[in-house]
Amino acid sequence: MTTEPLPVPSAPTPGAPTAPADAAPEILTGSGAILRTLKMLGVTDVFGLPGGAVIPLYDELMNQDDIRHILVRHEQGAGHAAEGYASSSNRVGVAIATSGPGATNLVTAIADAYMDSVPLLAITGQVFSTLMGTDAFQEADIVGITMPITKHSFLVKRPEDIPAALASAFLICNTGRPGPVLVDITKDAQQMSAPFIWPPKLDLPGYRPITKAHGKQVQAAAALLAEASKPVFYVGGGVIRAQASPELLELAELTGTPIVTTLMARGAFPDSHEQHLGMPGMHGTVAAVLALQEADLIIALGARFDDRVTGKASEFAPNATIVHVDVDPAEIGKIRAADVPIVGDAKDVIADLTVAYREAITTTTPDISEWWTYLRGLREKFPLGYSEPADGLLAPQYVIKRIGELTGPEGVYAAGVGQHQMWAAQFIKYERPNSWLNSGGAGTMGYSVPAAMGAKVAEPDRVVWSIDGDGCFQMTNQELATCTINNIPIKVAIINNSSLGMVRQWQSLFYDGRHSFTDLNTGHGTAMVPDFVKMADAYGALGIRVTSADQVDDAIKLALATNDRPVVIDFIVSRDAMVWPMVPQGVSNSFVQYAKDHAPTWEEE
Amino acid sequence: MSTHVLSLLVEDKPGLLTRVAGLFARRGFNIESLAVGHSEIPGLSRITILVDVEDAPLEQVTKQLNKLINVIKIVELDPSQSVQREHLLVKVRADNTTRSQVLEAVTLFRARVVDVATDAVVIEVTGDSGKVAAFLRVLEPYGIKEIAQSGLLAIGRGSKSITERVFKN
Repeated sequence: MTTEPLPVPSAPTPGAPTAPADAAPEILTGSGAILRTLKMLGVTDVFGLPGGAVIPLYDELMNQDDIRHILVRHEQGAGHAAEGYASSSNRVGVAIATSGPGATNLVTAIADAYMDSVPLLAITGQVFSTLMGTDAFQEADIVGITMPITKHSFLVKRPEDIPAALASAFLICNTGRPGPVLVDITKDAQQMSAPFIWPPKLDLPGYRPITKAHGKQVQAAAALLAEASKPVFYVGGGVIRAQASPELLELAELTGTPIVTTLMARGAFPDSHEQHLGMPGMHGTVAAVLALQEADLIIALGARFDDRVTGKASEFAPNATIVHVDVDPAEIGKIRAADVPIVGDAKDVIADLTVAYREAITTTTPDISEWWTYLRGLREKFPLGYSEPADGLLAPQYVIKRIGELTGPEGVYAAGVGQHQMWAAQFIKYERPNSWLNSGGAGTMGYSVPAAMGAKVAEPDRVVWSIDGDGCFQMTNQELATCTINNIPIKVAIINNSSLGMVRQWQSLFYDGRHSFTDLNTGHGTAMVPDFVKMADAYGALGIRVTSADQVDDAIKLALATNDRPVVIDFIVSRDAMVWPMVPQGVSNSFVQYAKDHAPTWEEE
Repeated sequence: MSTHVLSLLVEDKPGLLTRVAGLFARRGFNIESLAVGHSEIPGLSRITILVDVEDAPLEQVTKQLNKLINVIKIVELDPSQSVQREHLLVKVRADNTTRSQVLEAVTLFRARVVDVATDAVVIEVTGDSGKVAAFLRVLEPYGIKEIAQSGLLAIGRGSKSITERVFKN
């Protein structure tokens, strides 16, 4: 059988020791081969925690200094740190865990990376191959467990198979639609030795990601765009993964098309840009939600028509022709049938679309001025805003807005999941891709602190904020120890409303105010367990408590000026603040509410 | 609902079947039958899957299967353009009073008796789903003691092979 050889991804910087062609290959232990392979692939940082089944690997780690290993306090932290590392820098994030519980602790992060298409390489130790299947100590079938949440996985039982497995995993997780790949390596494969042959032969006959789109389809899309009177670009996270922001800006300015960026795409297009209508979806701006809903042409770029964006899918954008651009063919037509399906990498497709559009407007003169008049009207009438809480406590939106304003667009912002996540998506202005990190698809509480840690390792010169909730923070704050010990000075803003706020909001709105088990007793008027400032202190971080608006700026400035240790600011905010606008679950986007019981008016079709 | 026959060329790797079956379960697609065996190329296997879905979900099934790294090629086989067969082994009650009638059914269906006991026979029959079902209906009154049935096997008519198409370009 003949298949085209796949290129082995190689390190961006040469200088790795390579044996002369005529010399016998170097003999390495499997563990040595793991580290040498990672080095050859350009990996410089890994996050992990040792255990019985990876002791041989950790022993070899001591023999080298090419790869920085950061010892986390929980494997989930390693997984999210690798995600934050990848999402902030577009480099593959690597997490290492031992067999059994070490590996299962990675599962949430792997699932998270799968939903958000994050290039995550998870390396797990496995018990001796002779013990596999016997319910050995710390044995878990992690390949089986993670099958539904990985792009692919490998089980390696022989040292000579390690370079090809890791290089294949690296290639798969970082090409096409990115995603997590797991490589499970038995302890005996790590201990035994084999000749190290580089580059290894990759045998992946079934892996052929399509990146270059069909020219005819691109022309058809350009023709539709030239003729549309109500077009909109529906920009998703794929644009960030494809690093297609420059191409998007060019196409946007050439066409004058309104743009919305999804939760995963915040930063893909500058928020300050006149054509940007903001985020669509359940908590999107009224202008962005209605732009999609009333469009006659939607060009979806690396977006997947998630239910949080479409609302009731069968009633989503009823009059729109759909052009769907995605590198993953399975996304096209999954939720909404595409009139013009385009399979390809967003960067290439957008560039091609720009060329094709220039061609198309030689025969047509697009006119979208009425559409813009309408959308500008919506934007002016329904700007993002919030009202001061009636209880006199801090408005969480104000805190988040000030963090963004005082830090600026060069910062990195990693949110947890819930109300604070939505406010951080709404009230921080993003001007560049990879500045906004969050758990969009999986909605993983606890993502923020370790993801911020990973981002700070990848981008040490940037200010990295973890914008977290009091609930989320309690799930993964053990990584503050990792940050302090390893000099990773992240800044954590706890938006402490003493509740599982988003659930509480739904209980207030849809369950008659029955607040069942959403009180966390961390905030105003409670026992404040735990005391986050004391906790920060215990972890060697600077802890600051803020209870009123006049303290907000000083605290943020002190945090920005403190770079010798992590900072934790406990912002005691009102628990009654809600995320608005909102499209209630399961209804058409036409029912977007600007505030409680306040629906905007718009043209009835 | 309507049934479709998919022929998959896959790498013969550990866990492959779990990946395929798991995908169907996870996405809520219904497998009617599944047959796996070697293909004409060493290291590659062929899976024939009979699925019960409408056309739009079928496209999703195919696209999702294509994303599996170990799946090399998927073809839907049209019943009119392919040969489709099931294989059935059935143990049916047959004593001195009924054996001749059972054997008559065997002859009519061009089946074969492969084992005989004093009060039962084991019969094998090959055919499309309709024929196999009809044969079972005829045997029913005599008392069916046990059935072992293969999944559907299918192959395209004519001289072209799926594998040739995959590895030519």
